[in-house]
Amino acid sequence: MIDIQNLDVWFGDGHDRVDAVRRATFAVNAGESFGLVGESGSGKSTILRAITGLAPTWSGRIEIDGQILHGKSRDRTFYKNVQMVFQDPYASLHPRHSVDQVLGETLSLHGFRDIDTRVVKLLDDVGLGTRFRFRYPHQLSGGQRQRVAIARALAGEPDILLLDEPTSALDVSVQAEILNLLCDIRDQRKLTYLMVSHDLPVVGHMCTRLAVMKDGEIVEVMDVAQLRQMKASHPYSQSLLDASVAQ
Amino acid sequence: MSDATTWRAWLLTDAPTSRRHARLASFYKGWLSLRGNTMAMVGLGILVGLLLMALFAPYLAPHDWKAQDLGNRLQPLGSPGHVLGTDSLGRDILSRLIYGSRITLYIVTLVALIAPVAGLLVGTIAGYVGGWADVVLMRITDIFLAFPRLVLALAFVAALGAGIENAVLAISLTAWPPYARMARAETLTIRASDYISAIRLQGAGPIRIITRHIWPLCISSLIVRVTLDMAGIILAAAGLGFLGLGAQPPSPEWGAMISEGRRFILDHWWVATVPGLAIFTVSLAFNLLGDGLRDVLDPKDGGIE
Repeated sequence: MIDIQNLDVWFGDGHDRVDAVRRATFAVNAGESFGLVGESGSGKSTILRAITGLAPTWSGRIEIDGQILHGKSRDRTFYKNVQMVFQDPYASLHPRHSVDQVLGETLSLHGFRDIDTRVVKLLDDVGLGTRFRFRYPHQLSGGQRQRVAIARALAGEPDILLLDEPTSALDVSVQAEILNLLCDIRDQRKLTYLMVSHDLPVVGHMCTRLAVMKDGEIVEVMDVAQLRQMKASHPYSQSLLDASVAQ
Repeated sequence: MSDATTWRAWLLTDAPTSRRHARLASFYKGWLSLRGNTMAMVGLGILVGLLLMALFAPYLAPHDWKAQDLGNRLQPLGSPGHVLGTDSLGRDILSRLIYGSRITLYIVTLVALIAPVAGLLVGTIAGYVGGWADVVLMRITDIFLAFPRLVLALAFVAALGAGIENAVLAISLTAWPPYARMARAETLTIRASDYISAIRLQGAGPIRIITRHIWPLCISSLIVRVTLDMAGIILAAAGLGFLGLGAQPPSPEWGAMISEGRRFILDHWWVATVPGLAIFTVSLAFNLLGDGLRDVLDPKDGGIE
């Protein structure tokens, strides 16, 4: 479903050039949940931004559902196919748009006609009642905002969801709710997840395989069984595992 | 249960039933929060008064605004028949003031329609598109900013011909650059935010993003700036009138009335002071209302909870 080979992403030119991602290679199968793990600054979110065309400069090969991507431009089928949930629910909703406007505009951009019924259905799907339909972001809690952001990502009925630390800005009890919601949605809609996180328990809960990143490079790809048995082959991933248990 | 209380409950519900209901409810809540701001209501009251004065000028004015009476010139305040006195040609100052409100409203409306809109367009396009468009548009803005405002307006009026319409056009053409600068600065901070990335990921084009997502966030600070600039705009129109390039005599434009009264300011102070007070009052009203509107329009405050 997602096939990435030799992906380099960099910012700036000449002396100012910063290589955010170097020679990243991994593949995600359809229906799979794949985790990208690493410290902050290791380039995991940058990979998502390169896929969605939000990163300025990259080279290598990104193939999504058989379609090879070029540069920053993405076509309609890509936007229909791939959606993203952002890290900070306080920054990812337009402060002057009500929930209804956010979802309604998204639906109309995807060419749906029956917007009213779909907005109600989306709110239902993410566990928000119609009560919240005409609220503005400042009238919602962090967890409710993230539910709206998930509803927006689901509006175009995508096959792939890119999750950029979707729970790191939320407190622990709300984190569990959102993670369960994401699991339920994945099972109902047969979605493929590519999830970025620095939280190993979260990745262990959600994903089947994961890649460990350090300083822009993928040091190891392992499956969750290895993670649970604490058997990493690379010393850096082993130290990450040990650190997360020690907490 | 009276009718009024059920209406109020319907408008203040936190779970609106339709899009129209939601819009009316948020409008009503905005109005309530504006009403809670006493100073803004004072400003709004003055401006509504100005509007009514302009609308009903023929019924309110005690005299014909252009009727001269040279035997009765420079009468002081409170003289019989002329509450605010008369000017150097014996015309009733109160009547001229009332008719002048029409010209003031005309200037203010036209400039407020042209300058901020032009500035918003230029600023948001430069800020959002970036690259060459940004460089070209901002250098043009710099050039306009580098000219002394009144001199540039003079040049425009000289090219277009004297008259209040051309004065308004000239003022608008010189007033837009600060708005463009502001709109660009705001756009630069908005452009990188996650909600713009999110709508781009839904396939929205630049025109939709600028008009639907960036403009609503720039408008509240522009409104404040416009209301603060209103005093300057009225005075610039007056300045052009004084130089013979704006409102032409015998037009009762307030600024022109001040410059006419300037000649007698030591012996007959009211001739210049009364229209000056009128300009002061209207400017103050705009400032008060602008401040109140900013509080209502700012989404981060969240209105009333």
